Amino acid sequence: MQEGTIISARDLDLYYGENQALKKISLEIPERQVTALIGPSGCGKSTFLKTLNRMNDLVPHVRIEGLVEYRGQDIYMPKLDVTWLRRHVGMVFQKANPFPMSIYDNIAYGPRTHGIRSRKALDEIVERSLRGAAIWDEVKDRLKKPALSLSGGQQQRICIARALAVEPDVLLMDEATSALDPISTSKIEDLIADLKKQYTIIIVTHNMQQAVRISDKCAFFLMGQLVEFGDTTQLFSMPQDKRTEEYITGRFG
Amino acid sequence: MQRFLKGNEQNSTAPKIKGIRTAFEKGMNILFFLCGAVAVLFVLFISIYLIVSGIPAIREIGLTDFLFGDTWKSTSKDPQFGILPFILTSVYGTAGAIIIGVPIGFLTAVFLAKLASPRVAAVIRTAVELLSGIPSVVYGLIGMTVLVPAIRTTFQLASGATLLAAIVVLAVMVLPYIISVSETALTAVPKEYEEASLALGATEIETYFRVSVPAASSGIAASVVLGVGRAIGEAMAVMMVAGNVPNMPSLLESVRFLTTAVASEMSYASGLQRQALFSIALVLFLFIMMINAALAILLKKGKKS
Amino acid sequence: MEPKSKKRVIYDRTLRALLWFCAGLTCLLLAFLIGYIFVNGIPHITWQLLSTQPSFRDDTIGILPNLINTLCLIFGTLLIVLPLGAGAAVYLTEYARNRRVVAAIEFAAETLSGIPSILFGLVGMLFFCEFLGWGGSIRAGILTMAIMVLPTIIRTTQESLKSVPQSFREASLGLGSGKWHMIRTAVLPSSVEGIVTGYILAIGRILGESAALLFTAGSASILSANLGQTLTSSGGTLSVALYMYVSERGELEVGFAIAAILMILALLLNLSAKLAGKKLKR
Repeated sequence: MQEGTIISARDLDLYYGENQALKKISLEIPERQVTALIGPSGCGKSTFLKTLNRMNDLVPHVRIEGLVEYRGQDIYMPKLDVTWLRRHVGMVFQKANPFPMSIYDNIAYGPRTHGIRSRKALDEIVERSLRGAAIWDEVKDRLKKPALSLSGGQQQRICIARALAVEPDVLLMDEATSALDPISTSKIEDLIADLKKQYTIIIVTHNMQQAVRISDKCAFFLMGQLVEFGDTTQLFSMPQDKRTEEYITGRFG
Repeated sequence: MQRFLKGNEQNSTAPKIKGIRTAFEKGMNILFFLCGAVAVLFVLFISIYLIVSGIPAIREIGLTDFLFGDTWKSTSKDPQFGILPFILTSVYGTAGAIIIGVPIGFLTAVFLAKLASPRVAAVIRTAVELLSGIPSVVYGLIGMTVLVPAIRTTFQLASGATLLAAIVVLAVMVLPYIISVSETALTAVPKEYEEASLALGATEIETYFRVSVPAASSGIAASVVLGVGRAIGEAMAVMMVAGNVPNMPSLLESVRFLTTAVASEMSYASGLQRQALFSIALVLFLFIMMINAALAILLKKGKKS
Repeated sequence: MEPKSKKRVIYDRTLRALLWFCAGLTCLLLAFLIGYIFVNGIPHITWQLLSTQPSFRDDTIGILPNLINTLCLIFGTLLIVLPLGAGAAVYLTEYARNRRVVAAIEFAAETLSGIPSILFGLVGMLFFCEFLGWGGSIRAGILTMAIMVLPTIIRTTQESLKSVPQSFREASLGLGSGKWHMIRTAVLPSSVEGIVTGYILAIGRILGESAALLFTAGSASILSANLGQTLTSSGGTLSVALYMYVSERGELEVGFAIAAILMILALLLNLSAKLAGKKLKR
């Protein structure tokens, strides 16, 4: 494994029943950088993202071959504790999905699950996470209000704060801004730029401008295959593969 | 196309037929409205009938003596009509049934909605449907032949027909209602909540109990209220296992419920005694209406969230 | 790799075990109930029991009158409730415009379904048997049961009407048919399985009912000469007969035999409701 790599996939195949959704994916994701996964819908980018914290386990009839390592640990090893993995590799979903509880309880959910009970410690975590997700000032006076009463953009930042509260190492974002208005989107993009100082971030996006704006590395997926992976600037200015070029110039997708 | 519309053209060119047709449609509308109105009429009819026939005895006996009197001696020379024993028995009996039935039913519902594989779930769901299809007299019969003797020998009583027996029978009888209503509520919890919890490193079980169950709480509460309604209204099964003596409630004594108080004397009662039975029915009716109201509120709340 | 805390592992395992336990308990309970009834009941189901009426002279018990009474009650009730319940459901889903009227009818149906059967029995007795002077009779029982199962019929019919795609209605209206014609030819036929399921549920309810019938239809076990006489005279259904034999006469064996018959009927009804539901899904 290369120096500075946090997650690496080697010859990863994934099948939904008979359908092969990922074909021999090999990829090394650098630590504390933003990696964007792009490609037309159905290309496997979201599926690949979900293999990284094993959220695919929830899909019936899914079969995975090959190797995925997080910090050198095979995450599909039979004895691996999935909760340990997911605690370190957090996830933010396409649709903001705060729990139907108060803002405070949403953020405190993860730490409580992992055994933190002290009120003081929880208060600190809640504040730190909300600050981390750049939403503290907007909600600090109404922590007891239901999270579902917030706007869509705020809800998504609550979800980011909730993911931060368990102190993850890696943050997976599955089209986390696609359901949001431009202002909320740019707030979250700013946030991502800020978060990469501490976290490794992997985002799936269908918005190429967004990939250019926020990512350091970029991976282009097509029909279950990884076509090209490299520095974002390079991939967008001098794509090596013809299909990449066609996609980023908008010929298809 | 023209050919198919022939019938229509005739209608539009013949205003007379059209008039008849409108009248016909109007008539059907009214007819169907009447069918719908019948349900409302029935409820009004039953309510008014119960109130009108229930009030005279309460007036004669006095509301406080009736509700809070602790002695029921309807056939003695100097009759006493205190229904506190029945009220308390119904309340305790229902509470007991709920205390036993709710945890089992609730956990079974969680299992069904979340943990069970589709095939296992289908088997259990069928079992639950069948449980709810067993007639109450059959529950009563098994209670009489299995439960009552078992209680008698376990506690060395003269008779095993006790409040305890009634509680166990009622607990089994409310089980299917609690399971099916809770399961519906739990299944309706959006998958996204559960995904979010799992992605935070919670286990499946933690997710179900800390996210899914709170999210379904009003539906689960509704299942409990429904169970309360069923338990408080059950007559025959309770009649067969509770011994039917108007004692103040005690777990190992024979007792009489509000429902069985009505049922057991109705066939021979007359005069004030008979009217007092109507008054008991009125009290039972009021209990049920309160429960119905609570249920309606909970279900509405569940739909909103 | 730090493992999950011991506390979490215990929490997880305990609850998982509890879930399995409770689900298992529910199934065991049903298995026990059915097994116990069949073991104690089936040996006592004899041809003589099924084909005769009780006789004090010969000291024999037969449940033929109760079987007939049950059938009469079921058919009579369905006959009344079929147009009424379906009509109300059609009104609610197809005709009603005023939200308040819909809410009132739906609330009334919900209230009716929550009223305990003993209260139906009481009001039925006061009104049909005493006020109308019908005495304890099957016809009083039929009308009481019709009121009781009405909400079930309304709800299931309403659900199946709602599941008919809107496009069916539009297609029919688009061809210029009137509203009633549209309902009769496009809506009702495609929801018939759902409606049938409702009737099966109602039959189950009537079959199992005892408290409401004891005071309205009575508990007699005598064969009548003809249908008119059956309808106007007192007659106990199977469930009522079970109660009478067990509680009043201590005839446990007959009680178990009737219980076994009731259980077999309940199983058959459940099966047929499943089949109707499956057809509905297709």
